[in-house]
Amino acid sequence: MSGAVSVTTETPKVAWFRDPRIRSLVFQAVTLLIVLLVGWYLVDNTIDNMRRQNIASGLGFLNDRAGFDIIQSLVPYTSDSSFGQAFVVGLLNTLLVAIIGIFFATLVGFVVGVARLSSNWLIAKMAAAYVETFRNIPLLLQIFFWYHAVLKPLPGPRDSISLLGVVYLNNRGLYLPSPEPFGGFYIVLGLFAAGIAATLWLLRRERKRQEATGERKPVLWTGLGLIFGVPVLAYFVIMLAVGNPLNFDVPALTGFNFTGGVTIIPELFSLVIALSVYTAAFIAENVRSGIQAVSHGQTEAAYALGFRPNLTMRLIIIPQALRVIIPPMTSQYLNLTKNSSLAVAIAYPDLVAVFMGTTLNQTGQAVEVVAITMGVYLLLSLGTAGLMNWYNARVALVER
Amino acid sequence: MKWINRAALAVAASGMIAAGAQAATLDNIKKEGVLKCGVSQGLPGFSNPDDKGKWTGIDVDFCRAMAAAILGDASKVKYVPLSAKVRFTALQSGEIDVLSRNTTWTFTRDTNLGINFVGVLYYDGQGFMVRKKLGVTSALKLSGAQVCTNTGTTTELNVADYFKSHNMQYKVVAFENSNEVVAAYDAGRCDVYTTDRSGLAAQRTKMKNPDEHMVLPEVISKEPLGPAVRQGDDQFANIARWTLNAMIIAEELGVTSKNADQMKSAKNPEIKRLLGTDGKYGSYIGLDNDWAYRIVKQVGNYAEVYDRNVKPIGLERGVNNLWNKGGILYAPPFR
Ligand SMILES: N[C@@H](CCC(=O)N[C@@H](CS)C(=O)NCC(=O)O)C(=O)O
Repeated sequence: MSGAVSVTTETPKVAWFRDPRIRSLVFQAVTLLIVLLVGWYLVDNTIDNMRRQNIASGLGFLNDRAGFDIIQSLVPYTSDSSFGQAFVVGLLNTLLVAIIGIFFATLVGFVVGVARLSSNWLIAKMAAAYVETFRNIPLLLQIFFWYHAVLKPLPGPRDSISLLGVVYLNNRGLYLPSPEPFGGFYIVLGLFAAGIAATLWLLRRERKRQEATGERKPVLWTGLGLIFGVPVLAYFVIMLAVGNPLNFDVPALTGFNFTGGVTIIPELFSLVIALSVYTAAFIAENVRSGIQAVSHGQTEAAYALGFRPNLTMRLIIIPQALRVIIPPMTSQYLNLTKNSSLAVAIAYPDLVAVFMGTTLNQTGQAVEVVAITMGVYLLLSLGTAGLMNWYNARVALVER
Repeated sequence: MKWINRAALAVAASGMIAAGAQAATLDNIKKEGVLKCGVSQGLPGFSNPDDKGKWTGIDVDFCRAMAAAILGDASKVKYVPLSAKVRFTALQSGEIDVLSRNTTWTFTRDTNLGINFVGVLYYDGQGFMVRKKLGVTSALKLSGAQVCTNTGTTTELNVADYFKSHNMQYKVVAFENSNEVVAAYDAGRCDVYTTDRSGLAAQRTKMKNPDEHMVLPEVISKEPLGPAVRQGDDQFANIARWTLNAMIIAEELGVTSKNADQMKSAKNPEIKRLLGTDGKYGSYIGLDNDWAYRIVKQVGNYAEVYDRNVKPIGLERGVNNLWNKGGILYAPPFR
């Protein structure tokens, strides 16, 4: 035994497997490895078994001829197009109904939510009845209801309701004239856009001037002239010089149905109504709770400063309530988008109907088609959530 | 949400496919004591539940015949109602043992989906139905029409081909559920309702005023409707194929549910082979020797099944008659 005592200045040495950092790394690596192995096993086994059962696999089918028609398409599509193109048609149709639906759901939801807090007994009760009714009836039933409520009262094509002989409404849809611009019209559009930009710039300049000097010149008339005056003038100049730059394709009855113009099919119409009416009921509740979350002291303070109720709501309450409203709103938007997949029940050709329905059935490639569809909905959800988070960050309280 | 269910089904499908195991379907059915049979959601004459949930129809009777052959009891069937859209996934994934749901035998379906058709139970073709007051008497006059139909069907493809090859315009309104097709057509959403002609006859019974509609003379496709099984289990495919053949052969030989017992001692050797009093044919497909006797006894021969189910919706035998009676129904010899 030596008498020398060695003094260590370093931290006491622990065995590497006791080190929490290393341990957690190891555990994570092992977990990852297991997940990967199980995933690999599943994928490999699936492919193997599909091959043995003679089920086609791979993504080659996306280039094959689809062979079926689709009633509504935002991009050119015929039965000669590929399954891949059918996918795009379905995706765009889903986006279309989701975006229109979100717009109207938000509008109606805000109105109803604010109405529920109205001091007018009748309005408040009506808003409450709206929420309780539409929130509690299964959405699919509501979709069927609106679909047949839209179809039933409308006449057949030969007895269409006509508006000025250019707009027609019947149980095949709403037929509107479609604009057919020629080259010159884009100049008019360009001037219109330039007018808006110039007016915005003017507004900014005047606001700056007001901040600096307290004076401000009105821009209303200059702005109107820039936005509307100049383009209208250009329109007539072009018309006189080279001919009308904008024609309309007016729908006309040929044979069984109307052709020409654009058609809003009853399926789109009723799906939008059903989705927005349903989702608005939830949004209304978010709005109500958001407003109620703002302390009553704020209202009293505003009144004390002489704000009228309207302005109090608009300038004091709503901006604060938004912080509470936005996060749950995101999930309502996501719900609406996902619920739009019930479209197939009433023949609206959304992604699920066209891709996970017809395409899956005609190709039999369930695994690929379902994986792609789930991926798309995941991306849509992440995208919506991302946008809403960004907006939420903008309205969030900035702590100083 | 529906698509989530679908997704779950398909994930389950891939899961089951992943789990692999082409276990012998026959052993499974015997173990479970019930045959899982995929049928339609309601098509009178083919597969239709009544208000007590009892299924009838020619497709249903095929399921019952298989249950009689395999399990000895025609009632040991679990009916799984399927929309046109999901039927193949259900078969691939093992949710059902056999698909007997007015399904058209096509090249792609037979080769590319991991399933095999075992024969034709009903020869059909696609037709068009219109309102009489539309004043149309030929499908060639349908340019510009709006057409209601089912998604996930051959119908959807045939109608596209037909209008394209005749240079006619049209719009297709495609629903998943065929009751919705009828409701929409009835509400005036479409000028035309198209599906298999048997389907037209059956669905017409569900309309508000069946007499206001007529079926146009054109038959635009061949729709051989028949049962299908999963690929890769030859023994089970044989059982399904010969269940169907046995029903047809029984009709040829004049064996019915009423006289099956007497016929056991008939002189004709083919009858004896069919009813199991001669040879050991049952063992070739893993069954006992009475399998075909039970089919005829409990369910009936093809004519009995047809007359009981399809006649009442107003469809005569026509091409579905035996080959020696002016039709094209023809089963290979039982020997
Ligand atoms: N035979 C065609 C069409 C089959 C089909 O689904 N027909 C519809 C209309 S007749 C049907 O069975 N509907 C009943 C149901 O969906 O339950 C095919 O195999 O694709």
